[in-house]
Amino acid sequence: MINTKNIKETLMNNAIYVVLVALLVIIVIMSPDFLSIVNFRNILTQASTRIIIALGVAGLLITQGTDLSAGRQVGLAAVVSASLLQAPNYAYRMYPNLKQLNIFIPILLVMIICGIFGMLNGIVISKLHVTPFIATLGMMIIVYGVNSIYFDRPPYGAQPIGGLDPKFMKFAQGSFNIGGFIIPYLVIYAAIVTLIMWFIWNKTKLGKNMYAIGGNPEAAAVSGVNVAKNLIILYTIAGILYGFAGSLEAARVGTATNNTGNMYELDAIAACVVGGVSFSGGIGTISGVVIGVIIFQVINYGLAFIGVSVYLQYIIKGLIIISAVAIDTRKYIKKK
Amino acid sequence: MQNKYLLEMINISKQFPGVKALDKVTLRVRPGTVHALVGENGAGKSTLMKCLFGIYHPDEGEIYLDGRKVKFLNARQALDNGVSMVHQELNLVRQRNIMDNIWLGRYPQSGLFIDEKRMYEETKKIFDELDIDLDPREKVSKLSVSQMQMIEIAKAVSYNSKIIVMDEPTSSLTEKEVAHLFKIIKALKQKGVGIIYISHKMDEILEISDDVTVMRDGKWIDTKPASELDIDTIIKMMVGRDLTHRFPEKDNKIGDVILRVSNLTAKRQPSIKDVSFELRRGEILGVAGLVGSKRTDIVEALFGLREIEKGDIEVNGKSIKISNPRDAIKNGFALVTEERRSTGIFGMLDIKFNSTIANINSYCKFGVVDDKRCQKDTQWVIDSMRVKTPSQKTAIGTLSGGNQQKVIIGRWLLTEPDILMLDEPTRGIDVGAKYEIYQLIIDLAKKGKAIIMISSEMPELLGVTDRIMVMSNGYLAGIVETKKTNQEEIMRLAAKYL
Repeated sequence: MINTKNIKETLMNNAIYVVLVALLVIIVIMSPDFLSIVNFRNILTQASTRIIIALGVAGLLITQGTDLSAGRQVGLAAVVSASLLQAPNYAYRMYPNLKQLNIFIPILLVMIICGIFGMLNGIVISKLHVTPFIATLGMMIIVYGVNSIYFDRPPYGAQPIGGLDPKFMKFAQGSFNIGGFIIPYLVIYAAIVTLIMWFIWNKTKLGKNMYAIGGNPEAAAVSGVNVAKNLIILYTIAGILYGFAGSLEAARVGTATNNTGNMYELDAIAACVVGGVSFSGGIGTISGVVIGVIIFQVINYGLAFIGVSVYLQYIIKGLIIISAVAIDTRKYIKKK
Repeated sequence: MQNKYLLEMINISKQFPGVKALDKVTLRVRPGTVHALVGENGAGKSTLMKCLFGIYHPDEGEIYLDGRKVKFLNARQALDNGVSMVHQELNLVRQRNIMDNIWLGRYPQSGLFIDEKRMYEETKKIFDELDIDLDPREKVSKLSVSQMQMIEIAKAVSYNSKIIVMDEPTSSLTEKEVAHLFKIIKALKQKGVGIIYISHKMDEILEISDDVTVMRDGKWIDTKPASELDIDTIIKMMVGRDLTHRFPEKDNKIGDVILRVSNLTAKRQPSIKDVSFELRRGEILGVAGLVGSKRTDIVEALFGLREIEKGDIEVNGKSIKISNPRDAIKNGFALVTEERRSTGIFGMLDIKFNSTIANINSYCKFGVVDDKRCQKDTQWVIDSMRVKTPSQKTAIGTLSGGNQQKVIIGRWLLTEPDILMLDEPTRGIDVGAKYEIYQLIIDLAKKGKAIIMISSEMPELLGVTDRIMVMSNGYLAGIVETKKTNQEEIMRLAAKYL
């Protein structure tokens, strides 16, 4: 009697995972060879850059903020890093006379650029008190404009930036082969970023302040937390992560345009929400975010794998986001 | 034939997992009377009311309204049957005007449109009846707390309620406003309405109520006419033991001046003007005043939450500048705010987080938090404040108000403040826990901390403090020695600049 009640409660509390496991089971039944190491490696590789982006956005969601400019910042980082890292023998270089750079210089550069955009977001939100939705909506449009001006310039105009330095491509596409077991570099990068962010969230003053600001901003201020400073730092960190993810995205795909990264912020926010980050702030864990992104990628990949039409995929994804939040909210309402 | 009782709740029981929240509780309300329901927090008063309103379904027992057996499924049904509640936390849509709020959910219509004129007239009629002097077209956000409460009462009347439950209606009202509320209650009694009055304030209960029902630990203890009771008897019934001393013995020693405030004036008026006072180590300085007297503004200004226009703040003889809470904390100030829920606790987060957040800097090396030391200090808070909690990992929101308050006080003690400012430290806390908080405050003074304590409960100020500064309309009306003053003198001072 009590047992069934407990099971019911457990199912209810984890309903989103139940739904997703069910979906996964359907995918596997329809196409058993979905369960292969290659597929899972592909999923993890694709999820890697998204995890990095989502970890940036998640910290902001926890402070009751959001960031709609994430995707466009990824695009800017992709275009700038790609433009500076075209192979010297490629015919259509944006900078025909540019020397071959160490790949880390452009990567660091775009991390700094996006960090500055992130910082601006933070300043507008915390000092000018513009709501995060509006502030980052504006920033999203501005960054796109900046990126497009940079992208659409002589000598070749608005052409996709290709012919990337092989070293740069290898940086994202390469992998370790340990006794026949292949681990892509991207997965390693995502793991390192995850570890760093886990440390920040759980072990540092910044992390504690982040939860405090999200849990109760006024109480945080009364407790001596410098809300503005902490918000600016968090938005800056998010920007730096987008910058890193953007350069990885360029190298992974092998080309970049001003539309690279478009709508990535929505995927990131959706993944955070599925992973249990509360939109009203104060709640969220690193593991939740990572699981959220991976689940999303599994569904994406799985639906494509069994041949569900792209349009139908959108509908299913939309339903997952809405039901995830509906179920999550139910949990908190019940607790009252 | 008229029923003797308007409302009867007979042998109501309610079991929650692990606790018997209500155990055969009986409550009978006569028409045209005020029936006070008293008990410590957790005694089951709210649970009983939730059973009445159908928010909880009782496991056993019956409810009769006007002799008719009823069982409401939700608050709306109760309302339609003439049972309404004026909540402790006011449920008004602040952005809309008064009459919109009163008629919310049942706007009078003419055809497709809302009949604004009728709405206005009906509202006005109720206001006249209850002697409420407000324009029904006024926006609710512009009203004071007491005015909002009157709107809630008017709303209940507009439903032709026969039973009105008032949950701690005077907790944020001044004496003058309380008097007005009581006048309204008397008008309601005249109309034959039965009022269930939940309060912690004994003198008010004795003044206004006809019958008193006492509950303890989910059980019905006794129901008696108020005329046969006195404060000590009620408290004795509530706590189940003799509580001869409502306040602990004071044995704090007063030392040197630690804080000197001169001509403190806030930037954004109306607020404090030209406030000057001194505070000594080991002293408990009370702050009295009516609502709107800007008592809270003093501590807000000292804590950097309110901009200062002019004035000087000296700590230990040195003039200091405070422009935000961080400056204040650095200079040894700590503030336990009035609104525990909105500016005190992080409800979703655990006790460890809530205990250590204000002192987080001292656990950090290069921005990294030493968790061991956090745990150690949290344990200190739990032990020394006697916080009742299953573990450090418990979300603070699940604790009782008294225990939450102890955690907040503990939080600030960890910062090792010299000057502890407490704004309404015992609001919404039951009698037993109040005593513990008083004891804590006196113990802290004994250890040489200087304490500023704001309170709207006069007995508390008279029982705990050494001196009382009385605020009136933003001005300091006077500072009196607690031993040599009385309630009348303080009230006179509080009205000085009105």
